[in-house]
Amino acid sequence: MNVAAGKIIAGALAPHPPHLVYAENPPQNEPTAECGWEPIRWAYYEMQKSFKKKDYDVIVVLSPHWQTYIGTHVLAVPEFKSLSVDPVFPNLFRYHYDLKVDVDLAKQICDEGKEAGLEMQLMQNPDFRVDYGTIISCHMANPDWDKPILSISSNRSTHYYSPDYMQGISIPLGEVTRKAIEKSGKRCLLLASNSLSHRHFTKEPPIPEDMSYEHIYNHNQYLWDMRIIDMMRKGQSQEILDIMPDFVEQSVSEADSGAFTWLLSALERPTYPAKIYGYGTVIGTGNVVAEWDCDTKGAEQ
Amino acid sequence: MRPVANHPVEAGFILPGLPHPLLCPEDNPGWQKIRNAFNRVRAKIEEINPDLLLIYSTMWPSVIGHQIQSNPNPEWKHVDELFHNLGTIPYKFRVDADFANEYNKLSQKRGLHTRTVNYHGFPIDTGSVVVQKLVNPENKYKAVILSSNVYADRAETVVFAKAGVDALQEQNKKSVAIVVSSLSNRLHEKFIPANMDKIHSQKDEEWNRKMLELLGEGRLEDVAQLSRQIQREARVRKVTSFKPMWWLVSVMGAHNCYNGEVLEYQPIYGAGAGVIALTRAEHAARNLEFDEEDPEKFAGDRNVLSLSAESLGEMSSQSTVSHNPEDNEEDL
Ligand SMILES: [Fe+2]
Repeated sequence: MNVAAGKIIAGALAPHPPHLVYAENPPQNEPTAECGWEPIRWAYYEMQKSFKKKDYDVIVVLSPHWQTYIGTHVLAVPEFKSLSVDPVFPNLFRYHYDLKVDVDLAKQICDEGKEAGLEMQLMQNPDFRVDYGTIISCHMANPDWDKPILSISSNRSTHYYSPDYMQGISIPLGEVTRKAIEKSGKRCLLLASNSLSHRHFTKEPPIPEDMSYEHIYNHNQYLWDMRIIDMMRKGQSQEILDIMPDFVEQSVSEADSGAFTWLLSALERPTYPAKIYGYGTVIGTGNVVAEWDCDTKGAEQ
Repeated sequence: MRPVANHPVEAGFILPGLPHPLLCPEDNPGWQKIRNAFNRVRAKIEEINPDLLLIYSTMWPSVIGHQIQSNPNPEWKHVDELFHNLGTIPYKFRVDADFANEYNKLSQKRGLHTRTVNYHGFPIDTGSVVVQKLVNPENKYKAVILSSNVYADRAETVVFAKAGVDALQEQNKKSVAIVVSSLSNRLHEKFIPANMDKIHSQKDEEWNRKMLELLGEGRLEDVAQLSRQIQREARVRKVTSFKPMWWLVSVMGAHNCYNGEVLEYQPIYGAGAGVIALTRAEHAARNLEFDEEDPEKFAGDRNVLSLSAESLGEMSSQSTVSHNPEDNEEDL
């Protein structure tokens, strides 16, 4: 572990369609595919290269598929080893995971959140099954699994109230995550595990990886995705936060989970450009793989 | 008219799926009362001795059509993603895979997009686990669990239920229908001491009381008709609509001819937990909100949810309803 003050070294949008791991055919996943969703997977390969060059201790991920209606929860058991079966696409994702969690950092984020007035809870049940969003984003970002992770739940405040209320929780959550990381002395990589537009087809083709069926759900979704990506390229994080409620409602975005807001807040609303590795659709949803590098601040672009 | 016993669904139950009555009933007298009511449901089911439990869970959302659990022996150590601190629920169930496959086949025949799921480790939802542990603890009965399709609206849900009746008739099986659902479903936003539990808001409480009043009178169809309003006013919008009553009324018979029994009603962490039993009655409930005969002059209640006046020979809100699904079903 680095002895200097902790910091977030990079943040990324790392969406978690199970189709990506399915198409990768890693040994951990039971089903096998012929191919599929290459543009997004290739984007992930480029992001992996960038992460490999970095010196970091922990991956911190906020997943839309650990859904908590009371407060924000943080994984706090040192190791998990089990089988994750996607409840929506069990035909694609049955993944045997074996991962380590940074429990100290979990406790620090939890304490920091409580101090800021957020409802926080540690998840300490060893039989708990880590959600598939966490596993997929972490696998695609770091298939070697050679770093511990930390998973933060998605408080379902968008559904309880509105996307504005969600931001009221996710912005301070991002701030306390950053503070806790700084105090921890650790170098962390942050992943927001969400798609952009999230309308998806309700039928699956006979061969799930048959790419002749794959396209954006509708033009409205695509326009929204391109608008957001354009703002990411221009470093307009504050503006993204400003229009987030409209984006969430009009494109049924998975940013309803708070993950994207949390990320931008933790990164202190970057005014530098994100590196866009690629964009593609999965069963109609829009997915961008993108990184904000806190050291270069997009300078190499 | 054929006798009541001809309908393959002999009774319906509306049961809450939150884990507290299973894992920590002693922490709150209300949770214990719900647990006790589950015991009464268990006894009622044993009296009926069905061939299978047909479970529709609002806590199992699906997005690629409707999913039907078909793993004959699902087994896991379940932990709720929210109430994980209450402990682990090990389970091992018996699923009627043969029936699940039939249900799937006949759903598709009715134009629905459905699939069975038979995978080791598939995450069965907390509600289905809790209900089975409480009403079928010895696995005396096989079950089939159905997902709640996030995008389905009334028409699709009603047809999905009809496919269930088709499958029961095809396999000549009798069943009880179980809906796993809270009434109002808004939980407290902060963790609370167990003894501080109450319904989240007065508005939720009022809607819960209205649902209980109607269900207690056996007016299942009337509650189903209110589903969209209930969704708007008493449900957190996790899905596109409040569907369980549509499914239940369609699988049992779309009318108000039931004996309704509210076995218990308590808050569980802010949500409205009702334990409700519906069995078949010979006569429709009184005081139905029938369409008026004449908008200018009240001429008495009108039968719109039972057989026609010609077939009955008189107009009466106390008319007899056939419980044979073939007698009541419209052409598809
Ligand atoms: Fe997702």
